[in-house]
Formats: sequence, structure tokens, C-alpha cells
Amino acid sequence: MLFWFLTVMALGSALMVVFSKNPVHSILWLIVTFFSISGHYVLLNAQFLAIVNIIVYAGAIMVLFLFVVMMMNLNDISSPLKNKWLKFAGVISGCSLLLVLIAALKDTGTMQQEVLLNTGKIGLINNLGTVLFKDYVLPFEISSVLFLSAMVGAVVIGKK
Amino acid sequence: MQSLTQRAKSVDRSPLSWLEKIYVWNIFKGMLITFSHIFKKKVTIQYPEQTRPFSPVFRGLHVLNRDEEGRERCTACGLCAVACPAEAITMEAAERLPGEENLYREEKYAARYEINMLRCIFCGLCEEACPKDAVYLSETFAPANYSRKSFIYGKPDLLIPDPVTKPEEYKEAKGLIEKKKKSKS
Amino acid sequence: MNILALDWAFAIEKMVLIAIVISVSLVIAMYATYAERKVAGFIQDRHGPNRAGPFGLLQPLADGLKLFFKEEVIPNHSNKWLFVLGPCLAMLTAMMTSAIIPWGGTVEIGGRMIDLQIADINIGILYVFGVVSMGVYGIMIGGWASNNKFSLMAALRGASQAISYELAMGLSLIALLMLTGSLSLKTIVEQQISGNWWNIVYQPLGFFIFFVCALAECNRAPFDLPEAESELNMGYHQEYSSMKLGFFLFAEYINMFISCAIIATLFFGGYDMPFVDETKLSGMTALLTGVAALFGKTFILIFVFMWIRWTLPRFRYDQLMNLGWKGLIPLALLNMVVTAAIALYTMK
Repeated sequence: MLFWFLTVMALGSALMVVFSKNPVHSILWLIVTFFSISGHYVLLNAQFLAIVNIIVYAGAIMVLFLFVVMMMNLNDISSPLKNKWLKFAGVISGCSLLLVLIAALKDTGTMQQEVLLNTGKIGLINNLGTVLFKDYVLPFEISSVLFLSAMVGAVVIGKK
Repeated sequence: MQSLTQRAKSVDRSPLSWLEKIYVWNIFKGMLITFSHIFKKKVTIQYPEQTRPFSPVFRGLHVLNRDEEGRERCTACGLCAVACPAEAITMEAAERLPGEENLYREEKYAARYEINMLRCIFCGLCEEACPKDAVYLSETFAPANYSRKSFIYGKPDLLIPDPVTKPEEYKEAKGLIEKKKKSKS
Repeated sequence: MNILALDWAFAIEKMVLIAIVISVSLVIAMYATYAERKVAGFIQDRHGPNRAGPFGLLQPLADGLKLFFKEEVIPNHSNKWLFVLGPCLAMLTAMMTSAIIPWGGTVEIGGRMIDLQIADINIGILYVFGVVSMGVYGIMIGGWASNNKFSLMAALRGASQAISYELAMGLSLIALLMLTGSLSLKTIVEQQISGNWWNIVYQPLGFFIFFVCALAECNRAPFDLPEAESELNMGYHQEYSSMKLGFFLFAEYINMFISCAIIATLFFGGYDMPFVDETKLSGMTALLTGVAALFGKTFILIFVFMWIRWTLPRFRYDQLMNLGWKGLIPLALLNMVVTAAIALYTMK
């Protein structure tokens, strides 16, 4: 029941993100979406992921989004995307992303069992740490290097 | 340049040492200072209960003096009104009728005596001009009010209490006047 | 999903606990306003409020009443919904953090073991960070919805300050977590009780960084730029009036109380009464001394917060950012690396 509630909330607020005229409202709805997704993580017994999702996405990245929107002072009058082709391209790319996601997720039948029984242990912080630093060390480190280079790049641009 | 007082201090502009640069130690010292102030004597005067003493030469609201038998001293000579640089004083003289000897000291008295406290600058010249020892500036302020009219103080507002009916208050008012006289001489 | 299979006694117990914790933190926040004014008075050689009731003890009630009866102004050009949402969020996030603080040990009432903690979740500290990062939205939404340049500017300042100091805060805590090996606040407290020393002995630098960041996160002086009364006309709550303003101000005091409680829990042994062996005391006495100890520590920390506020002048904005990014974060990183090295060495 909680699952359905969260799902409706996530989908509804995600739709509101798209349909809100005011960009600030879009961002706030996006935050609600993140919260409901975090709720799903908690249902998966992955509290760590849930809270990190909130801290990083809802807490930090969305604040930056808000910053940008507030500073640029966008409002519903000057809404961009008047171009028809741009809309078309947006729909196409969105659909293809959906396709990829469905293709990736259709084999997750085995996981469903765990989710339904609420026995998943993979999201607990100990297990997650072990998995990250044993099985996935290389990707983990590569991604951290990626972040580092992004930071360096930002500093370089900022210094100019 | 020669300094006017002995309290001037030259500003130390030498560069900060490492210890000073991290500020923590200095912040700690500052906090000790504020902490020590918690135990210092409070300088507050709790106003309605405590009041600050007035200086002896303070010039506040006027009072009209009476003599020991409660007779008004003012004879409406008008010298105070003439002396007043702000033209705050108006008066109307009247002749004393027989049977009023216990009210007025001399044959002529002020039937109306008004001071406009909005005009008055509390210079005290009326006090100095008075030959009859009748007008004095007391140690109170003119309280705030809502209308201009209420700042025109008439005789009932100005006269000190009657020694016959209210001896206590009279003594108090008289004491203040005596103090005043002493400070002037 | 079988909702009826809930443990009802458990649910009721938690409800009662939540009600108690929230009302206690509200009362403490109320009297923190009073205490603040008293401390300010004493430090400045004054008396502080002393008219309403004996020693002015009714002053917070009078203030609250005044705020309730003030006219509620919603500016014409503001975004009405968000304008109301701002203070609500500020208040909500301020209250939410109290859920994971262990206020005392375990007590047995009627055969049930009752923890004086609303939720002992295994990611306790991260939850705090999550909620704190949400707290920014109260400021930002409030400031933006006011549709006022000063409010917006203050909101931006506040948000960037909070984000910057959150980093250093998190880094300083990582070092602590290396020692404790647990994110649960309950476990951290129990380790401090069973071990001989409080965490501050192992992590003085970490404590210092955490404390400074807590000051900044609570928007307390000397980091009270978002609400800099003398610079930005009250900052982000400039357009607010009546109880909505009250909520913002109140949220600040609740935040202060909660963050002091968290500092006490993390670094000063939580509900561990110093120089007393809890195991020798009977159940109820141990519990009460524990709660008293935690509150005592919290109050001392709150006093230090106020003491700092009335001692130090406000930072300039660039100084604030310099301190955060160039001072505290490298220091926290250093602390982290050193702690990690020592932890690794002693483990071997």
C-alpha cells in the first residue's frame, strides 16, 4: 500500500515537473519526486541510498538548480521551447531513454522477490561499502577521478 | 601633533603573528572578557522604581509658591512675562476683594496665570525676574499629552499644595523650593 | 502489506515519545529566546527582560502572544503558496532532526523495554545531514517567494553558506565515524559510555570544526549573514510578519537546541553522566540521570552558542566563504587523513 502511495506520488510530482509553468515550481515538484524515490529506497531496505539521494540530489543539486533559476529570474511569460522541432527532438530522446530503461530493467525479475519480501540487504551501508570497494573498486575510482577532473575544470573556468 | 587628552592610543599596525592569524586564541580571550562582564555590576536604572538624581540646577516644570499661611505670593506684576524670551507666560491681574486675605498675600493677585509648556524653553529667567519669590522651576518634566491645549498649564496645575489642607505635600514642595534657592545662592 | 499487524503498543509508545520530544523542544526553544536575551543583557552589563512575571519568566509567552496577534501581511506580488510554505518547511525541518537523538537509555515500563529515542535508524547521522540540507529550502523558498531583492539575496547567501559548511561538517564527522564504526547515534553514545573517554578526547579538531559548522548551519552569529539585521533588513524574512516570522525565528532556536543536543551526543557522551557508573544505578534513576546529563550538556552548549553570539562581530561574506572553503574544509580533510592513519595503525 505504501508502495502504491509512493509510486503515485512519484509519478504525479514528476508529471507536475513537466507541466508546471513556473520553473521554480518545477524544481519544487522535482524535490518531491526525489523524496518519493527515497521512500522507495527505504522500502527496499536501502536506507543509505535513500538518505544519500536526499542529501545529494534534493539537498545539494536542487539547491543549485534553484539558485540558477532564481538568479536568472525566469518566469512563465518568457518560457522557452517555442521551437516545434525542439519539442519533437525532446519527445524522441525521451522515448528512447524510456526504451533503454525498460530494456535494462526487464530482466530484474529476481530482484522483485527480494523487494516484495522486504529482505534486501544490499542497500545497508556495510554491504554497500563492501560491494563498492571489493567488486566495483575500479569503476568507483574512475568515477571519482571523473568528479575530480570536473572540479578542476570548474576551477580553471572560474579562474579565467 | 600634540594630543588633546591623555587617552589617545596609537594603532598597532604590525603584521599579525601566526597565532594571531588563526584568531582562535584571540577569540578565546575576547570571550573571556565578555564572560567576566556577566558578573559585573549592572548599570541599568530600573526606571519607574529607581530614578536618576536630578542635578541641583535642573530646571523643570514651574510651580507657583505660597507662603506659610497658604497665601499665593504672586501679585501679577508681569515681570516674569516680560523676562520670558519665549513669551510663554500670560497673566491677568485682579484686585483682592475684602475677605480674600487668606487667599492672596497682597492687594493685587493673578486671576489667570498660564504657562505654555510647548513654548517654554525652561531657561529660568522668570524665576530670576520674580521679585516676590513666587515662581520656581521644579524637578519634573512636562509629561507627554495628546493635545496642544493640555500643555497650557493654568494656576491649578502650577500652584503648590495648600499648607492648610495638605500640610504634608506642602512641606515636600517647600523643601524642593528651599533646595533650589540654596543651589542658586 | 498487512497494516493491522502493526505492534499497536509500539506505535502508541512512539507517538507519545514524539509528542513529548516535540513539546519539550518547543518549550526549550521558547525559553532559549528568553535565555538569549538574558545572556545578552548580562554580557552587556544589563538585566535583560525582567518585567513580565518573576525575573521576566513570562516574556516568551508575551512575545509569542504578540506575534500571534500581529497583522498577517502577505505581500501582493509574492507567491502566496510558497510564501506560506517557507516558514512551514523551516519549522518542519527543525523539528524532524530530533527524531534520532537518543534522549536517554532504555527503561522498562510495564514489561516493555522503551528506548528514549524516536527512531534508532542505522544511518542516524546521515539522516541529520539529510534534514539539515532540507532546511535550506525553508530559507530559499521564503526568500524567493517574498519577491524582494533583499530577501532573495539573503536567501542565496543563506543557502550557499549552509551548503558550504555542510561539507566541512560532513568531513569532520567522517573522522569521528572512523573511530566509532557506526552511524547510529545510539551506538555512538553506548560506545562512549562503555569506553572511558568521550569522543572529544579523540577528536578535538573534529569537534572544533563541527562546532563552527553547527554555528553556521544554525545561522547563528558570527555567521548570521542570511538574517543580518543591520545589513539586509532582516534578510530572508524581511517580508514576513506575525506568526510566520515567528516560525522562522523559532525554527532558529529549535535548530540551535537540536544541534547542541547532537553535539552533546556525538562528542560529549550523550546521556552519559560523568563520574557516575550507570550500571550501578537502578533502572529509573539511571534513566533520569542520563536525561538530566544530556540536557545539562545541551544547555551548556546553548550557552556557549549565545556567548559567542554576543562576543563576536559578524563575518563579512567573503571572509565567511574563505573560512569555510579554505580554512575548515582542508582542516577537516587533514583531520580525516590523520585519524584514518592512526586508526589503521592501531588496528594492526
